This record gives sequence, structure tokens and C-alpha cells, in this order.
Amino acid sequence: MLEIKNLHASVQKKSILKGVNLTIKPGEIHVLMGPNGSGKTTLGKVLAGSPNYIVSKGQVLFNHHDLLMLSPEERARRGLFLGFQYPVEISGVSNIYFLKAALNILRAQQGLKALDALDFKALIQKKLEILEMDESFLYRSINEGFSGGEKKRNEILQLLIFNPTLAVLDETDSGLDIDSLKHVAEGINQFHHKDNGLLLITHYQRLLNYVRPDYVHLFHDGKIKKSGDYRLVSHLEKLGYEKALTRELA
Amino acid sequence: MSNTLLKKMTRQAYPLGFTTAVESDTVRAGLDEEVIRLISRKKNEPSFLLTWRLNAYRHWQTMHEPSWSNLKLNPIDYQAISYYSAPKSKTDGPKTLQDIDPEILRAYNKLGISLEEQKHLSGVAVDAVFDSVSVWTTCKEILNEVGVIFCPFSEAVLQYPDLIKKYLGSVVPYRDNFFAALNSAVFSDGSFVYIPKGVACPIELSTYFRMNAANTGQFERTLIIAESGSSVSYLEGCSAPMRDNHQLHAAVVELIALDDAEIKYATVQNWYPGDEKGEGGVYNLVTKRGICRGKNSKISWTQIETGSAITWKYPSVILKGDNSVGEFYSVALTNNYQQADTGTKMIHIGKNTKSTIISKGISAGFAQNSYRGLVRVAPQASHARNYSQCDSLLLSDHCGAHTFPYIEVRNSSAKVEHEASTSTISDEQMFYFQQRGIDTENAISMIVNGFCKTVFSKLPMEFAVEAEKLLELSLEGCQG
Repeated sequence: MLEIKNLHASVQKKSILKGVNLTIKPGEIHVLMGPNGSGKTTLGKVLAGSPNYIVSKGQVLFNHHDLLMLSPEERARRGLFLGFQYPVEISGVSNIYFLKAALNILRAQQGLKALDALDFKALIQKKLEILEMDESFLYRSINEGFSGGEKKRNEILQLLIFNPTLAVLDETDSGLDIDSLKHVAEGINQFHHKDNGLLLITHYQRLLNYVRPDYVHLFHDGKIKKSGDYRLVSHLEKLGYEKALTRELA
Repeated sequence: MSNTLLKKMTRQAYPLGFTTAVESDTVRAGLDEEVIRLISRKKNEPSFLLTWRLNAYRHWQTMHEPSWSNLKLNPIDYQAISYYSAPKSKTDGPKTLQDIDPEILRAYNKLGISLEEQKHLSGVAVDAVFDSVSVWTTCKEILNEVGVIFCPFSEAVLQYPDLIKKYLGSVVPYRDNFFAALNSAVFSDGSFVYIPKGVACPIELSTYFRMNAANTGQFERTLIIAESGSSVSYLEGCSAPMRDNHQLHAAVVELIALDDAEIKYATVQNWYPGDEKGEGGVYNLVTKRGICRGKNSKISWTQIETGSAITWKYPSVILKGDNSVGEFYSVALTNNYQQADTGTKMIHIGKNTKSTIISKGISAGFAQNSYRGLVRVAPQASHARNYSQCDSLLLSDHCGAHTFPYIEVRNSSAKVEHEASTSTISDEQMFYFQQRGIDTENAISMIVNGFCKTVFSKLPMEFAVEAEKLLELSLEGCQG
């Protein structure tokens, strides 16, 4: 469903992505690990179409369409979801209003009828229970005054509501306590099935105790340096990125 | 806002800019005592009113346009304006809807306002003012039953001269300011509301002002009197055709609330704002003031200001009665080259008086948006309390938001709070919306609506939705 070929991108003339190649097929879970500043977050943002980055080279196919030609909202409407590392606060706009508007845009895209307030409430109730989130949370402004954990859970709530075909989750497991981590993992597992794809950007093995990846990639200096299966994670945890990389290069 | 988004900020749609072809009776341009006598004669006014008009005119001649506002306006040639224009009807004063020029009915239908009793918004009585005169008032029977008077101002002058004599100019005297003096001299029509003792007006009252004729000013006057223990909710809406030159609108509104009475006054102002280069548009120079004369009385102003090239208005409350309450909720949206200098005055005189000011200013394009507000606590106003909140939202790099709060406290037991904020929509916020499938235009309208929510919630239910739509419309073309 996703095919990234030799992708190069820069921000303010600084080259960040330097030839990324990655293919994700339906049903697969991929994990991207790597040191800070290696360009993992940039990859997520470039895929989602952030206007801050300039793609200088390469191609991305998403369900056989040229992804890079589409506006950010068009990418989202076609089923690409980015779980933000630092979800932005938007005051004055209530969560429920935002979620319902976005869902109904997606539904319109799929030729489905817009959900009214009651149907939407019923849908969201179940998702809230999975994440053990309080209903009051729906009536607060988007992410405003949310704790780090609440913001991350809100991203997973959106993942469950919008049900995209491909989700890129950028450090959704960072800064979570054990309970929150379990809820986030539970949400990811609820979301995942044989027809959708997941790209998890993470630093830690602990999320992977709950979510089992098919592929693990070591990302460094703007590209994937090494790929493997689940065992690569413990290898990385043991050695650290630097040693793992030098051994690789040696 | 990123530049690409900004570049798309070009056109503003104004769907209410049509003109209506009606035969009108328009007085020659220019202002002198003869014109004032003519207006007064056309309306068969009692002599006390003519005298009052002439006094106002003579006083006006000694005055100068105010220059303290943060507005740049072209000089107004007061001799080039016609001060009275009325559509000719088959008879003097229409008795039934059939007597009204069908073109006028069509114009109101286009504006979404039906003057036919069966079709009007349920629970709302409408007074329709077309240029200088009121053409029709609906729901008179329902109101008559409870003794509420809701009629054109000129009719009230003839039928209830004592009430007019007693209250006209009692809140805004003609000496008050340049534009109030001008209005007092030449005002042609408007609405009159009288709520008798203990009556809660059973339906919403509303006036729709339509400026049609070219080179004419609109000078209406509204007077609302709420007797002891009564209550009323009133809404005014306004629009005008698109014309190249600036049209002048100088209205005066006076509200009087006696013991335990409550008046809610809402405005949805959508006069023609001018084009994207700042050509044309209405000069909206308005004096609105209410007095909480009785104890425990309450006056609440809510305004949604999206139109006009220039908006100069400060709906105010004089809190004279003990325990009286004044409120001001405002959304002022300026786009392209629109300018607004608006706010309120809360004058605390009675004991334990309370006022709340919530002002939301939104600027886009090259617009300038100023909040100007005075909170004054008189020496005898012990335990007065004010809370003010002024928020500005900037949607472009070329617009401006300004806040001019004046606070004068002469009683040490007063508690006065003022909060202000200025915000923009960051690229990061915009991207968040887009990543969830919401395009920039919808994102802006969601943020703007969220920004204005506290004010919209003060509007009568039927109009809150209208206000949201109006805001979207006014921002159209502001983003791709």
C-alpha cells in the first residue's frame, strides 16, 4: 500500500532525508527506530504533506497514487493518518466538534452518510472505553491543557475513530506511564487488522512487548541503515544505536 | 499564516448587495432647516418634536466630527446626502401586505425575511425598515394581547406622544456627540418598543434595516422602554446594496430599563463592507446606550459586526439602579480594508452594580480592528464589579488589532478585572486540521467559530446559526 523510493527532503535548505526506501504491505506493522535527529519525525511529516519540508527527489506511492502530488487534507481523506509526536493545542474548538467534523469529511469521501450527534456519540463511547478516557474530555478544547499522556491517548482515539488504511505513529509511546502505555497499545491492537498498515516510530522496546512488529528498521542520518525482524529490537536495546551502527558499518 | 495561504486572501463575497427598483420619494440632497421642516411635515409630527429636531440641528452646526478614534475615513460631505427617501406605496401607510410594493416584499424575501405572518420565523415579530421608513410590522395582534407596543417610530410619535416626549433623548441627548446630534435633527424612522409593567414579551422582537436608495443616508432611531418587572429580547439586522461611494448610517438607540426589568438587545450588522480594494461600503457611525434606571435591572448588548467599511459604535450601559447589571458581548470581524473601532462604556453609579465585557475581534486582509472600552466607577458606586475580556485573532500579516481600555475607579470597594489576549492560527495548527482531512477554509471557520462561541451563545437561538454562517461568508476568499 505504501512504496517509498529514494526519498530526499530538506527543511530550510538543510537536507534531512537522504534516500529513504521502504515498502509497507497491507497487514504489516513496521517499526522505525534510530537516534534523535536522524529524521524519523521528518519522514512522518513529509508523508503527511507538511508544508515545512521540500521534497527534492524520490517518489511515494500510496495505494498506487502519487502521494506527493496531493494536498495534506487529500492524503488524510485517502486514508493516511499521522499520530503527532507533539499534538498541537487548539483553543476554542471542542474535541467532539472537531472529531465529528473530520469523521464526516472522511465518510463523505467514502460515499457514506454523515453521522448525526447521537450516532457519533454511540460510536465514540466504545472507543473511549477501550482507552479508559472520561467523556468530559470530549468537551474540552483540542489538546488544550491536556497532560502528555492525554494528548497521546487523544491521538489513538482519533486513530480508532478515523480508521485509516495507513497509520504513522510518531513516538506515541513516549512520555507515558505504564497504564497509559497499555491503553495506547490496546488501542493500536484494536485498530490493526489484515488490511491496514502501521509504521511505528519509537525509541523503546516496551511498546513492542504489546504490539508485535513484522519488520524493524534502524534509521540513521536520513535513511534506513538496517532492517530485520523483531529480534533486531533486542539487539539494539542491548548495544545502543551507536554500537549497532558501527558494527553494521565495520 | 503562510504566504501562499495569504495570497489567496482576495475576494469577499457579499450576497446581499442587490438593489431594488422601487419608486421612491426622495428629498433633495443637502441639509438645512427647510429639509428638517419637510421631514417633520411628511410625518405630521407634533410641534414639540420639530422644535427638538431644530434644536439638535442648531447644536450640530456648532460641533465637529470626532477625531479620537483609530479610524481613517474620507471626509463626509453632509450637503451631498439626501436625508429622506421613502418607497412610494399605493396608499399612505400600507394597511395590508397587498399595499406594499411587491418589489420590496421580494427584497425582504431575498434577505430571508418573510413579512407574511405564516412564514416568519416562529416566535419572532419583525419590523421592516426600508431606507427612511418602516414598511411593515408583523405579529401585532399577539403583542396587542399582552399590551406590548412594537411599531414604527413615526407611528409611536403620533399615537404615544407622551411616551416619546418623556423618553426621547433621555439616554442619548442630542448634545451627546456629533452623529447623535445629526441623527436627532434628521432621523426618519426606526422602531419603538414599550413593554408594560410585569410583562415578559412573549416573542422575540426584531427590526430589519435595509438601505436601498443611492446617495441617501439612513438615520433611524430605536427606543425601547421596559417598565418595572418586564422583559424583552430584541434583535436588529442590517444590509445594504453594493455601491461605489460610501453610504452614511448614523443611528441612535436608547434603552430604558426600570426596576427589575431586563432588556436583551442583539445586533447582526452586515452593511455592505466595500470591495476588496476598500472602495465603497457603509460608514456605520452609531450611538447606542441603555440605562438601568431601576434597581435590579439588566441590560445586555450582543453584537455581531461583520459589515461596513467603517464601524464606530460603543453600545453602553449606565448602571444607575442599585444591583443593576450591564453586559456587552461583541464579535467584530474585519476583512480586506474594513476598519472597526468598537467597544462599550459601563458607567457604574448604583451600589453593587455589575458589568461584564466580552469582546472578540477578528482581523484579516488589511483590516484594522480596535476595541475601545470605558469602565467607570463613580464615588457612590460601592462594591461595583467589572470583568472585561478582550481577545483578538489575527488572520493575516497585514492586519491590525488594537485595544484601548479606559478604567476610572473612584470607589475603593470596586473590583475591576481586565484580561486581553492576541492570537493567530499557527502553521502547525493548520497542519493538524489538514492532516485530519479538514481543509484550510473549514479549519479557519472552526477556529473562528470556537473563538466567538461565548458571544454566539448570547444570541437568540434562531440567530446563533445565522451568525455562524455570516462569519463564514465574511471570511470567504480569506483562504483558498
